[in-house]
Amino acid sequence: MEAYLDNSATTPVSEAVRDIVVKTMTEAYGNPSSKHLKGLEAERYVREARERIAATLKADEKEIFFTSGGTESNNWALIGGAMANRRAGNHIITSSIEHAAVLQPLAFLQDMGFRVTFLPVDSRGRISLEDLKNALCSETILVSIMYVNNEIGTVEPVAEAGKIIKDYNPGILFHVDAIQAYGKYRIIPKKMQIDLLSVSGHKFHGPKGSGFLYIRANAKIKPLLYGGGQQKGMRSGTDNVPGCAGLGTAAAEAYTELESKTARMRACKKRLTDGLLQIEGTKINSCMEDELSAPHIVSCSFENVRSEVLLHALEEKGVYVSSGSACSSNKKIPVSAVLQEIRLPASLLESTIRFSFSDWTTEEEIDYALDVLRELLPRLRRYTRR
Amino acid sequence: MHLQENEDDCMVYRTFLIKYGEIGIKGKNRNVFEDALVSQIRRALDKLEGSFKVWKEQGRVIIDVEGEGDSYDYDELIEALQRVFGIVGICPVVKLPVGPLEELARSAVDFMGETYGLSGQGSAAGPDKKMSFKVHCRRANKNYPVTSMDVNAYVGEKLLEAFGASLEVDVHKPQVMLYMEVRDEVYIYSQIIPGPGGMPVGTNGKAMLLLSGGIDSPVAGYMIAKRGVKIDAVYFHAPPYTSERAKQKVVDLAKIVARYSGPIRLHVVNFTDIQLAIYDKCPHDELTIIMRRYMMRIAEYFAGKSSCQALITGESIGQVASQTIQSLVCTDEACTMPVFRPVIGFDKQEIIDLSLKIGTYDISIQPFEDCCTIFVAKHPVTKPHLDIIQKSEKKLDDVIDGLMKEALETTELIEID
Repeated sequence: MEAYLDNSATTPVSEAVRDIVVKTMTEAYGNPSSKHLKGLEAERYVREARERIAATLKADEKEIFFTSGGTESNNWALIGGAMANRRAGNHIITSSIEHAAVLQPLAFLQDMGFRVTFLPVDSRGRISLEDLKNALCSETILVSIMYVNNEIGTVEPVAEAGKIIKDYNPGILFHVDAIQAYGKYRIIPKKMQIDLLSVSGHKFHGPKGSGFLYIRANAKIKPLLYGGGQQKGMRSGTDNVPGCAGLGTAAAEAYTELESKTARMRACKKRLTDGLLQIEGTKINSCMEDELSAPHIVSCSFENVRSEVLLHALEEKGVYVSSGSACSSNKKIPVSAVLQEIRLPASLLESTIRFSFSDWTTEEEIDYALDVLRELLPRLRRYTRR
Repeated sequence: MHLQENEDDCMVYRTFLIKYGEIGIKGKNRNVFEDALVSQIRRALDKLEGSFKVWKEQGRVIIDVEGEGDSYDYDELIEALQRVFGIVGICPVVKLPVGPLEELARSAVDFMGETYGLSGQGSAAGPDKKMSFKVHCRRANKNYPVTSMDVNAYVGEKLLEAFGASLEVDVHKPQVMLYMEVRDEVYIYSQIIPGPGGMPVGTNGKAMLLLSGGIDSPVAGYMIAKRGVKIDAVYFHAPPYTSERAKQKVVDLAKIVARYSGPIRLHVVNFTDIQLAIYDKCPHDELTIIMRRYMMRIAEYFAGKSSCQALITGESIGQVASQTIQSLVCTDEACTMPVFRPVIGFDKQEIIDLSLKIGTYDISIQPFEDCCTIFVAKHPVTKPHLDIIQKSEKKLDDVIDGLMKEALETTELIEID
């Protein structure tokens, strides 16, 4: 038996996605920029995808821009947003537990002279709205907060943050990294006062190399890629037609019966956390309150086991997970900043595993993973570095 | 004259003369060595674009490029030859039929003119700078009526006539040495690109390399292969403590070593259960030493099966606890085959420099755990006594035969080419 519990890393594509990708690769293979019929045929796929995605956000299709995925969307939002507003100020606010695809472009912007404030988080991984209020200043041009943390699944108070930001100064751009949230939550950018929203396709059964950035109409942002002027000059480069079509299909599927899907994921989550807590020497790092925690991510530390060893032992049994933090004997790779930020004891930093689900995850998979863990842990714990 | 020009006006060489050193002085075995060199060169060239004829000629190996024009990539060819052990120098040559002295001199003038951009008017290096040269003829074909000394004098004179404004003779320390070898044909060259030296692989038997993912062992394998020794390898895999990526890393390292040594048969031994048994039953501070002893035994077993006559390790005295002299004495005792440790006297930096040179460094530093570090004790013994280690090993008596059998039987063989 196999249990694929690493859906926050990536997911398999659905049949419908596969079919439309194959179709746009082999039949409707035209370049949407071409003036002939083949081009038009391909363009229709892109347009339809854009419409389907816009519908999931209750947004206008003009506000959807296709990208190569989450990293590009985040880079574009931050660098493009900062560049377009640099005359208004040079201050950016973010949280201390963002993904590297946010932190690294911000490090680049710091090199360029921008000042970045990193909001701390509490032990659940939540920022404090009070801290956000205090950090805002006349120089602030951009705030970037993730919707769902990728390592522990904590949900950030995005809507409340949007209100605080816009009450302070409607000109401040509000970017939300929704890469782990899209397809799990109904996100209405206009209601949440979000200007920019990053999404990656392969996290919800779409193709890798697909994604989009929602840009609220009239939001001030510069392009990141210049060239042939595709996507209204905002994102040049020949449209990735199979990627767009696959992404559109995956988006529409994700939001069909969303509530029953998230309910299923929550049931898996409860089953897994209940099982894990019955195992000796475990600590759940994900927040246990449903409203503050995504339905599909469970972070758990296992005392006296190194996560990498546990990961490979699980893999031998067909159970696929992520290590909650990168670890290595030679300490060249730093341990997870997120786990440090939520003040996980040092002894558990290298003993943390992330389990993540999709709507395809079954209770049988959860039970199997728990069985395997119960079987492996005593043996693994007997052999540790002394 | 077999000289063509390509679009860039650069000389396109059609022939390469290969010089070899040590193998020339091996008496009766000389043929064996030359044949091995020829076959190693053929093997290296097989993978390149273009086709080549490789043949022996009185103390030299000649490579002729077949086909016309740009039928091969010069840089790729030189790079490939620089990985063939036994080659001391690679000389791009112009080859011409044996003819009267005047003709040879004309060809020499053309060669110098083209190679160094010389013309009758002044020097390419600047108006006041003259390039010094010396002609060095070697008359292997004693039927040629003119002696080497006379060829030198005549050709030198003709060169000065042609390029007097930019050339001058210096017989002691010339900037350019123009070689003319008169054989069944005449070879003209002035450039000797250094080869890796050593001896052709296959001329000195075969040995089994204990290959880890680290920096030292690939270098050790390279050094022994350089002495003409064919290499097989054994890697100790300890899932789940070491990952598939760690294994891939070792395969990648073996591929780089194989670029020099030729095909390697890599034995991947499942070592986990033996390690865990040692952990369970033996004193923790002796774990690494005892583990190394079992590695030697397993390596020796596969060495015997693959007709290897020695083992190779990347150990260097004192680098870690298991590499003190006392520890090496204990590891050595576990096997009877000689153990070659070519980097034994090297500092870490010297080993790193070599790994950079052969191209294994970037792979070696990828951060995957290897089986030697998983359970390493905080304070391992640095001066183990053989009798104590042997006594500790006795504690494994009831399980070890079965575990060894299992490890040997489940070993995976990967052919690296």
